[in-house]
Amino acid sequence: MGLLNLFRRTPTFRHGVHPMEHKEQTAHLAIRRLPFAPTIYVPLAQHIGAPALALVKPGQEVVRGEPIAEAGGFVSVPMHAPVTGIVRSVDHLVPTAAGPKTPAIVIDTYEASTQEVLYGREQDLSTLSREALIEAVKASGMVGLGGAAFPSHVKLLPPEGKVIDTLIINGCECEPYLTCDHRVMLEQTDRLIAGIRTIMRATGAKRAIIGVEDNKLDAVQAIREKLPEDGVISCEAVETKYPQGAEKMLISSLLKREVPSGGLPVDIGVAVYNVGTLAQLGELIPHSQGLIERVVTVSGPGVGKPGNYLVPIGTPLSFLMDQVKSSSDANEVIVGGPMMGMTVASLSVPITKGVSGVVVFEQAAEDQRERPVHPCIKCGACLDACPINLNPSMLGQLASVRHYETMESEYHLNDCFECGCCSYVCPSNIPLTQYFRIAKSVNREARAAAA
Amino acid sequence: MSRKQKKVVEIRTSPHLKKAISVEQIMRNVVYALLPVCGWSVYQFGLSALVLILVTILSCVLTESLFCRLSGRPNSVGDFSVIITGMLLALTLPPGFPLWMAAVAGFMAIGLGKALFGGLGYNVMNPALVGRAFVQAAFPVAITTWTPGFTEGRFLEFIPSSLALPFMSPVDTADWVKSHAVDGFTGATPLALQKFEHVTTSTMDLLTGSVSGSAGEASALLIFVCGLYLAFRKMMDWRIPAAVFLGAALISGPLHLMNPEIYPSPLFVILSGGLMLGAMFMATDMVISPMTPRGVWLYGIVIGVLTVIIRQFGGLTEGVMYAILVANALSPLIASVTQPRIYGATKKGAES
Repeated sequence: MGLLNLFRRTPTFRHGVHPMEHKEQTAHLAIRRLPFAPTIYVPLAQHIGAPALALVKPGQEVVRGEPIAEAGGFVSVPMHAPVTGIVRSVDHLVPTAAGPKTPAIVIDTYEASTQEVLYGREQDLSTLSREALIEAVKASGMVGLGGAAFPSHVKLLPPEGKVIDTLIINGCECEPYLTCDHRVMLEQTDRLIAGIRTIMRATGAKRAIIGVEDNKLDAVQAIREKLPEDGVISCEAVETKYPQGAEKMLISSLLKREVPSGGLPVDIGVAVYNVGTLAQLGELIPHSQGLIERVVTVSGPGVGKPGNYLVPIGTPLSFLMDQVKSSSDANEVIVGGPMMGMTVASLSVPITKGVSGVVVFEQAAEDQRERPVHPCIKCGACLDACPINLNPSMLGQLASVRHYETMESEYHLNDCFECGCCSYVCPSNIPLTQYFRIAKSVNREARAAAA
Repeated sequence: MSRKQKKVVEIRTSPHLKKAISVEQIMRNVVYALLPVCGWSVYQFGLSALVLILVTILSCVLTESLFCRLSGRPNSVGDFSVIITGMLLALTLPPGFPLWMAAVAGFMAIGLGKALFGGLGYNVMNPALVGRAFVQAAFPVAITTWTPGFTEGRFLEFIPSSLALPFMSPVDTADWVKSHAVDGFTGATPLALQKFEHVTTSTMDLLTGSVSGSAGEASALLIFVCGLYLAFRKMMDWRIPAAVFLGAALISGPLHLMNPEIYPSPLFVILSGGLMLGAMFMATDMVISPMTPRGVWLYGIVIGVLTVIIRQFGGLTEGVMYAILVANALSPLIASVTQPRIYGATKKGAES
């Protein structure tokens, strides 16, 4: 392997895995708009941080794009009405992909409405100060659209003494099946570059590098054709492998810098944004609009009409499933990609800001995956897969005897970002990633109890 | 619709994809890789070798089943690992090894080497070598009694010692050997010839296996090729045999240069005795080798160096078995001192 890497042109990180990509189902399909669901459920907590606070009352009419909730704290964002309609409830409990129910604003869509976005006003970005730009980002309700759902404005304010010199734009989309970022890069290149310009100004970054996996060279070409002359923005192909789109990995690939253990990209002068996020910002900020819809890849063996759909935030999965003709044999609906996404227990789960894909598997696919769990045979495949050099085998053995603290104190449990590479390669079929999640949460609870 | 509603929703956690490779598949491929070696052994030594292989496999399978029953675990014969142990064990025994002793070896290999620790994945030493070490201690004469290969009628009759009755005094094969042997068969293996008489066997004979020795370790070339198959399928860590050869060469090279009369060349060391089989198929046993990138090199080098030291300075001609068993015991220590530096760790935090 090492020898092969010498001849590789594209930069990359060490380890990782290469699952079947399954992108051919949707990669060539242009983004299409999904119809508006009759009822929309907008959860107040669809981002990392404090939930938003509702600004509307039941019975109130809302116009598409109008703010309906304000940020509940610094690490929080406002919400905007995804449809024109009438508010039915502001504290209706809806299930989430993660499990627990969460309050949501429910809006009944006016079917007769044209659903035009009438809300917002033009603003000239070149006259805005840095602070005003950051405020504009916050007002847009933007979070990381790659899946993390981290409020975008927070990254624009580095802590005292930290300077952001480089902006990394994540166009890797390393999860199998997902192609929404690919389509955004092809179809919304101008918006993307406008968004990069805005964020560069807001962070003060001197340069921006767009990293795209080399299975999307058409996107690299499309972006390079539109890049401005001044050369501060560049687009680089990186090796196609999973998890190339993890921010630590992408930073390693492009800059050969390592985010310190337990630290953040800002510690090494980097801010990372997803291409979808910046393309949306490039479109929303000049019009002072809010995030009300996003591109979602709907794919997998259980989907009759796979594609990249522009979906209003709050659309329930059941409506989405009907629209894409999900097969009657479908038995597993994953929100996100198949490597890191979550299986939903209910189709009442709405599409939220962080949902980049919906992947549907059928019974047949599942039978193939069913395998007995064997003891660890110490084959070392997980060590060769772990992108951050952990020892998942040892961690797994410690987890099975519940030595959760040792896992943390001696085997760097908390550096695991749950990419799932170890579980993916494990020939014994041990659910390692799940073990680590449990261990982390047990440790968290123990710490909370001790405090 | 009704069918759909009845279905229990199963919630899985990510990742929702699995690489299409399983423990059974790995183990099955090791069996495939060992088949040609077994085939050559049968071709060379005939009926006795065939029955020897079958007896050890059967003994291992029965022992595994027995212990699974006793411990209330599901029967784990289906994972193929027990077949590997049976095959490897037979390959390390003399072709005319009494079959009842082979059955005892199989029982000890699985019982003492594996089942007592909790079965697949929990053993700390290579089960086949544990079994062989036991019979080496229990039956020292039988395990050093060599018979010639390629005898006429080898497919029709047993080597007399194979059919020895349990707990009887060892059958003397001298007459049989005299009547069957090609001219000048001394019963000495290349290692013994080299060590005690300073006669070096030709490289060609070592490669093809036209020498005296255990049932399956004679043809170094065949074993090497079969091992390569596994390495190419990424079911064996090629670094381990590479490190074993490196370790053996590192110590035998200087010795050979100092005194070529007494100390054989690195090539001879690597091709003779059980080193090839041990390096390709036993040292690489996943369960008992370290997993860390630097650990596998260290582990292999330890085996190579120890093998040469035991061969040259010990009382036995063969040293691979003990070298691997010692390295197995060292494996957890090696693993713990060679943990890789994790991503983003500072210099201070790198040590673990």
